[in-house]
Amino acid sequence: MRDPQLNKRGELQHLLTLDGLPRDILTAILDTAAPFTEVAEREVKKLPLLRGKSIFNLFFENSTRTRTTFEIAAKRLSADVVNLNVSTSSTAKGESLLDTVDNLCAMQADMFVVRHAASGAPVLIAQHLQATGREHIHVVNAGDGRHAHPTQGLLDMYTIRHYKRDFTNLSVAIVGDVLHSRVARSQIVALNTLGVPDIRVIGPKTLLPTALEGLGVRVFHDMRAGLKDVDVVMMLRLQNERMNGALLPTPQEFYKVWGLTAEKLALAKPDAIVMHPGPMNRGVEIDSAVADGAQAVILPQVTFGIAVRMAVMSMLAGQ
Amino acid sequence: MKIRIANGRVIDPANQTDAVTDLFIAGGRIVAHGTAPDGFQAERSIDASGLVVCPGLIDVAARLREPGFEYRATLESEMEAAMAGGVTSLAIPPDTDPALDEPGLVEMLCYRAKKLNRAHIYPVGALTIGLKGERLSEMAELVEAGCVAFSQANVPIVDNAVLLRALQYAATFDFRVWLQPLAPFLSRGGFAHDGEYAARLGLPGIPVAAETVALYTYLQLAQATGARLHITRLSSAAGLRLIEQARADGMDVTCDVSINHLHLCDRDIGHFDANCHLVPPLRDARDRDALRTALADGRINALCSDHTPVDDDGKQTPFSESETGATGLELLLPLTLKWARETGTALPAALSRVTADAAKIVGITKAGHLAPGARADICVFDPAASTPVSRQTLKSQGKNTPFLGQELPGRVVHTLVEGQVMYGG
Repeated sequence: MRDPQLNKRGELQHLLTLDGLPRDILTAILDTAAPFTEVAEREVKKLPLLRGKSIFNLFFENSTRTRTTFEIAAKRLSADVVNLNVSTSSTAKGESLLDTVDNLCAMQADMFVVRHAASGAPVLIAQHLQATGREHIHVVNAGDGRHAHPTQGLLDMYTIRHYKRDFTNLSVAIVGDVLHSRVARSQIVALNTLGVPDIRVIGPKTLLPTALEGLGVRVFHDMRAGLKDVDVVMMLRLQNERMNGALLPTPQEFYKVWGLTAEKLALAKPDAIVMHPGPMNRGVEIDSAVADGAQAVILPQVTFGIAVRMAVMSMLAGQ
Repeated sequence: MKIRIANGRVIDPANQTDAVTDLFIAGGRIVAHGTAPDGFQAERSIDASGLVVCPGLIDVAARLREPGFEYRATLESEMEAAMAGGVTSLAIPPDTDPALDEPGLVEMLCYRAKKLNRAHIYPVGALTIGLKGERLSEMAELVEAGCVAFSQANVPIVDNAVLLRALQYAATFDFRVWLQPLAPFLSRGGFAHDGEYAARLGLPGIPVAAETVALYTYLQLAQATGARLHITRLSSAAGLRLIEQARADGMDVTCDVSINHLHLCDRDIGHFDANCHLVPPLRDARDRDALRTALADGRINALCSDHTPVDDDGKQTPFSESETGATGLELLLPLTLKWARETGTALPAALSRVTADAAKIVGITKAGHLAPGARADICVFDPAASTPVSRQTLKSQGKNTPFLGQELPGRVVHTLVEGQVMYGG
């Protein structure tokens, strides 16, 4: 079974997931992103790499931040960007996903940036493009269900590399709702691929997938034990709808046990960095003093995110 | 028509026959083995040298999609698939639209099937009206109309008090009840086995407990009511253990497994292959291996196709939004042979799971064996040939199977129903 994101020569054709992505490709994306961070510092923040290319932001699930960063990244590469917010539900019998894709292909799309509530939706689109001989059109996964958010995973790796240089001696903790998190899944596979020896996952059993150890992590339920001497703390967002009910009793209890406070962060290494994919719930998963504190690198993550997305898009579709 | 099937390896598991011999057919029945009856003049002779001659296969679960889902498949298309697969008797689950909960519907289905004159059908009636798990169906009337058992297909009853009553009522008449062990709340919102692979793909999981919790409930209620229970589509080693325990306690309970669960596990979902979106979910490799062993030694009584044709629109969607099920009538024999070869199971024992043993579950006495007097439903296949599985070769209207693109062992050469050659010229 061929990896649907690589072409016959083993090169990156789509970016669907970091799972199975060879280390050299992953590192190449990070290396390509580095000079793009400087573009943002210039007076004229534009490069001609994607001039004449049409990029469709195809968002079946609401998102402002991710869509905006993709849009900025594409525009800095001189691409034409079309934003489509396709409100959808599996029950509302509208146009099928692949019909939508076929219609946009007929408008000469060069790349789709796809966000969808169902795990695997971008994979389906990529397989469909391949099966119908339209392999020149690229797909970038901007988050699918609980499956993957590869550009977020990459920008997180970029951030860690920026602050810590070497992956092979790090202890990294991922904290919170891993069960529903595509971000956590992409982080876990990328950290493993890049050779991080100690990857920890911290959270209540209700928010951790079954058999998580099989993905190459150590599971902790006690936050204090899990944070002990780590170099990087990656917090996850807790969705509102999951705060009250059978998964968690209340956001207050979650904060008390798994919220990142200065007191808990003190258990990590003194130079540990704190990351969050945003948007943050202050007072639920993270205390404001930490979010705004010296160890937080949450805003640099956003900046690096644009460079990383520029790198991905230019590697896929650049001349 | 009088037919002689000559020189085939006749395997009749019910009668412990496995010998190269001739089979004589007249008046739609088997009349003799070995030597022709006095005055027998064959109008047709089929040379079965090098071929296996066995009872036509009995599939304990084949959805023909009528009534209600004719856009997915019709009796015509699926009967052709059955004939191509050497399957001559089909038990039909009640999850049609409307469900098989009315005698009139069942009579119509039987009438349509009879007119087509292909495989025999054995409808399984809905245990409750509309499979809603609220009101009991007219079981006595449904049996008169042709139902051989009652089930909820893949729609579990939420209220155990209703299930208890349904089992009591069925037990009143000694009717068979077939249940899919699937606890409603534990399986809700899940799409794959709750294990490492689902965690990796980010697919919401269905835990093994969804099977064991339901199974334990069913076994307890069947024991309390004396209902004749058959468990459909077992998926886990833990579920199998519960059945073994119940048998050790003296309970008479049977079970089956599907061809998909016999050969595949959660990893076969690969890159979100919606053809692997099945009920129950494909579990892990250890579960699959336990099912393979249990089918070989008879702890699992029968193997079925769980034939569920789905149109392309139903499968070309993200995994979690796709329709469940796989087409399978034409794969039942090849996958039986593949499993037998891979596990070293003798051919007569393997074929028994899709003939004699399946017949017992459905309650068929006239077929599923080759004794003189039996209905001449026969499958003649070439064990040395192979069957390619492709969209072009599948006769079923549903092209949805995880085995697409594979070359499977064995090929059906002739299918006979009541002494008439319905497939293979």
